[in-house]
Amino acid sequence: MLDVGRHPNIELLAYSDIEKVEGEQGDFTVTVRRKRRYVEEDKCTGCGACAEKCPATVPDAFEENQGNRSAVYSYFAQGIPSTHTIDADYCRQLQGKKCGICKKVCQADAINFEQEDRIITLSVGAIIIAVGYDVFDPSQIPEYRFRELPNVVTAMEFERLLSASGPTHGHLDRPSDRAVVAEIKALEKKAKRSQKTLDRFEKKHDQASADVYEKYRKGQYQDDEDRKKWADKYAEHLAVMEPLETMQKQAESFTVAKRLAFIQCVGSRDFRFYPFCSGYCCMHSIKEAVIAHEHETETTSAIFGMDIRAVSKGFEEYKIRGGNNSNITYVRGRVSEIIGGADHNPVVIYEDTQQRQVKEEEFDMAILATACAPTKGMVELAKTFGVELDEYNFIKTSSLAPVDTSVPGIFVCGCAESPMDVPESVAQASSAAERAAETVIQSTLEKEKAVA
Amino acid sequence: MPESKEKEIKTGVFICHCGSNIAGYLDMEALDEYTQTLPNVTFVQQNLYSCSEGGINEIKKAIKEQDLNRVVVSSCSPRTHEPLFRSSCEEAGLNPYLFEMANIRDQCSWVHMQQREDGTAKAKDLIRMGVAKAALLEPQESIMSQVKTRALVIGGGLAGITASTALAKRGYEVVLVEKEKNLGGMLNKLNKLGPTMTDAGELIEEKIKEVTNNDKITVFTGARVAVVQGFIGKFDAEIETESGKKNIDIGVILVATGGRNFVPEGLYDYDGKRVVTQLELEQLLKKGLDPDIKNVVMIQCVGSRNEERPYCSRICCQTAVKNAMLIKDQIPDARVSILYRDMQMYGVENEEMFRDSKAKGIRYMHYDPDQPPQVESEQVRVYHSLLGREMELPADLVVLSTPLVAQEDAETTSQLLRVPIDENRFFLEGHVKLKPLDFATDGIYLCGSARFPANIREVIAQGLGAASRASIPMSKGSVVVEPIISVLSDEDACRGCGLCVALCPYSALEIRRTEKGRKVHVIDVACKGCGVCASTCYQHALSINSYTSEQIEAQIDAFLEET
Ligand SMILES: Cc1cc2nc3c(=O)[nH]c(=O)nc-3n(C[C@H](O)[C@H](O)[C@H](O)COP(=O)(O)OP(=O)(O)OC[C@H]3O[C@@H](n4cnc5c(N)ncnc54)[C@H](O)[C@@H]3O)c2cc1C
Ligand SMILES: Cc1cc2nc3c(=O)[nH]c(=O)nc-3n(C[C@H](O)[C@H](O)[C@H](O)COP(=O)(O)OP(=O)(O)OC[C@H]3O[C@@H](n4cnc5c(N)ncnc54)[C@H](O)[C@@H]3O)c2cc1C
Ligand code: SF4
Ligand code: SF4
Ligand code: SF4
Repeated sequence: MLDVGRHPNIELLAYSDIEKVEGEQGDFTVTVRRKRRYVEEDKCTGCGACAEKCPATVPDAFEENQGNRSAVYSYFAQGIPSTHTIDADYCRQLQGKKCGICKKVCQADAINFEQEDRIITLSVGAIIIAVGYDVFDPSQIPEYRFRELPNVVTAMEFERLLSASGPTHGHLDRPSDRAVVAEIKALEKKAKRSQKTLDRFEKKHDQASADVYEKYRKGQYQDDEDRKKWADKYAEHLAVMEPLETMQKQAESFTVAKRLAFIQCVGSRDFRFYPFCSGYCCMHSIKEAVIAHEHETETTSAIFGMDIRAVSKGFEEYKIRGGNNSNITYVRGRVSEIIGGADHNPVVIYEDTQQRQVKEEEFDMAILATACAPTKGMVELAKTFGVELDEYNFIKTSSLAPVDTSVPGIFVCGCAESPMDVPESVAQASSAAERAAETVIQSTLEKEKAVA
Repeated sequence: MPESKEKEIKTGVFICHCGSNIAGYLDMEALDEYTQTLPNVTFVQQNLYSCSEGGINEIKKAIKEQDLNRVVVSSCSPRTHEPLFRSSCEEAGLNPYLFEMANIRDQCSWVHMQQREDGTAKAKDLIRMGVAKAALLEPQESIMSQVKTRALVIGGGLAGITASTALAKRGYEVVLVEKEKNLGGMLNKLNKLGPTMTDAGELIEEKIKEVTNNDKITVFTGARVAVVQGFIGKFDAEIETESGKKNIDIGVILVATGGRNFVPEGLYDYDGKRVVTQLELEQLLKKGLDPDIKNVVMIQCVGSRNEERPYCSRICCQTAVKNAMLIKDQIPDARVSILYRDMQMYGVENEEMFRDSKAKGIRYMHYDPDQPPQVESEQVRVYHSLLGREMELPADLVVLSTPLVAQEDAETTSQLLRVPIDENRFFLEGHVKLKPLDFATDGIYLCGSARFPANIREVIAQGLGAASRASIPMSKGSVVVEPIISVLSDEDACRGCGLCVALCPYSALEIRRTEKGRKVHVIDVACKGCGVCASTCYQHALSINSYTSEQIEAQIDAFLEET
């Protein structure tokens, strides 16, 4: 990524949309909308001072909404470019409230609330489309109860939980437990505030709150407005403290998730959604199970799949090693349902095809290996470029010309073409670069010929 | 550049948090404070991510403002990040070889996650050692070398042909060497290609024409590459052809030697007649199947996914499904059953073909490798693991899906080019995720089944991709070689014995006659700085710059220092 940012022959236009494409191979004119960031790209040094001070909290999309960020932000810490962006939907200033704290702290004077979109045109010889994929939304599969059961997550969410720089610093805290911990924190804040009020009363009257409350309930202090208020406050405080204490006790027994169920082909190989195989999900489930085991050696994982597709270099070996060294069991079968069990534990119902039995098993967490869905907006994008799509809305190619789209001079690589893993995407990227270079060189030669 | 000797040494140390990868496990403030006390250290700064754009800018700024003449970044691995930090030093006007890394993540915070105190103490040791070595670093000048714009492609199958035509289109000369009499490789032996059912013969004929009609491509068939010497940009190869030896000079080399179909001698009563391989079936289909064949049983994973050959060969499931459908096309009432372990129909097109085959009535039965099918004279007996009972399938023809395996001469090619092969004897790329088409050795690339079994869509993509990778040094016209190399630091000590010359894996040393007698000479551009020579020389005449004995001793001394 950094190589892209630094290469003298690459001009990076991040946070931009393609508006229009005209012309033909060797001579395209592309109109690009450079969306306003409210931060001047040439001034911002990416220091992050603004994000540190910004008072707004926004669900962090990079963490799959499992953490928060500020309204002025960079998508993730190593992101290129490091230029920050203001999220206008959450920025207090842009929402008409008084703020502008970021503008005050920015030493580079980069914040510009008046910034407008800019339209630029590029003249290029060839185009490569590499818009990738989206994670299939599993809430479309009602029987898996995604979002209904807190400890059913997507593989992408799980990936962030496993990451040392993610919202849990790599600890597999269960979402249900994290919700309780968040609630505890909120209540603690409230309790601290009410305690302060009570402290003030106690100091003023030199009496214990509990004593006042007791006596008030027995009918005393009917004319003492101050003590009446005090007793009310104490009642409020108790209303916070009781659930808080229960939750705190409950939280003492929280441990990280150790029994993991990986559910394969979620949205893939499924006629209701995508009949194709997404190719990479069997491997990322094995990878995630191996990493989870590295973090916590008591972890056991069950991977539920019809076939385990471990078809690239070293993959089958990795799968076997996962079974031998990382407590992974591979269960041949499709999960029919996930239901809620005790203590928010997901219970997986499946047919063990090997033993010809319908079984149910309880886990701490269930991870859905979601399909590789075409990027949202693919249809409009294809219209803009004039390229044909296949029946699933991936960009159409053929096996003999695997990176050529239906328009000469426009090429495609990676998951925009079809689901594939990183090494294959990288190899395809090189092929698309080759085809683009050939196009540019050929058209330059032709132009030279025409001139001569 | 005498700057290092004359000026006072001012070392800047940058301590990276790596988000929480380091800062989550080590005491950063303690490291910061401690580092400030080290000799020559005039500046210490912590970065959230030293490698981010912001981090790099901070380093560059400090070099200029603090007038630093040594930089130590204590973060992650030099394997991934040294080039970046070096070039950042250079951009800030500091010789990039006055830079040192201390790996306090991979070798410290990651392995001592539960030991904050001990981990922090170890990180202090690592930083102290880095700082000690940095003080003795010398500036180095990078070595430039011209690149010959001609490519050698070894192997004339679909991968080699695709790469050759692509390079020719870019305007480069190509020498294509094929060991067989004809170009085309495996495709010469195939019938129709799934999933589109393209005729293999027609396809390869057309592709061969593109090569033979191209005056930029010189083809040698029935030939082999006998000797390769040199390095990126300047390789010399000797090619043995039927009409004698030819010497050529080239800038880059592509390996496209493909694979071989495994012959299952002794497995499942293989006889090449009633029990055949998928490859033999391709020939039968081409000729037209015997119409009396009514029952066909295919067995997957024959000779693969076992102890001897643990890998999955990726393409045999697709091949079986394709051929099962082609059998149905020729003999519509034939019963075709496929006995499998996992059906590897990954991706969009394969899964589609898989579905179509089921619609055509192909039957799939899962078997357990612990209870493999038995081939008998009239039938195949299999324990259907999903039904939980044994089945007897009549079989006029049994087809074994055997894996693609590496070429017999893979070791020879690997030694010839000094590139590695993996445990299954396929060629090993530079990085399995990020450099799938490059070797670790500069100027040598790979594509096709020589890397790992692949179908034609993948082979074509890789052929184009490898051509793209190979064209980069050629289009630049020159390469910059890292100057961390062997130097004859004590010429008088060298006795010209040639021990090092024999051991150098890169042919980077030679003995020359000088006024002082026979002395070793280092060919700068060829040397990779591996250090074999320096550790071999009993006279200590050779050393690796940036890893001199003094520098390493300084690190060891620093390590042993009391703190
Ligand atoms: C949970 C999970 C784990 C995985 N783990 C692994 C693994 O361990 N190893 C592995 O090899 N593979 C793994 N994969 C697969 C891997 O993510 C893909 O192979 C890879 O990301 C594909 O790269 P890409 O560039 O094609 O697409 P993407 O990574 O999706 O990149 C596409 C880019 O295009 C941008 N974009 C989209 N639309 C537009 C537009 N209209 N204009 C401009 N820009 C646009 C997007 O913002 C994005 O930055 C995993 C996948 C998942 C879901
Ligand atoms: C039975 C079978 C059926 C298949 N069916 C399909 C299908 O339906 N669809 C599909 O997409 N794919 C199919 N494939 C895969 C397809 O054949 C391969 O993807 C493709 O042929 C690989 O091309 P390649 O150039 O990498 O290797 P190869 O075709 O093996 O070519 C390598 C060439 O290098 C030469 N060579 C080797 N060593 C040297 C050396 N040292 N010096 C010089 N030359 C050397 C060889 O002689 C050969 O000509 C099938 C494969 C098999 C075995
Ligand atoms: S906008 Fe200003 S404060 Fe925010 S990251 Fe950029 S330079 Fe720093
Ligand atoms: S890769 Fe595995 S999980 Fe993903 S769709 Fe294919 S078979 Fe299902
Ligand atoms: S592709 Fe199919 S037959 Fe070939 S090794 Fe893999 S699983 Fe076995």
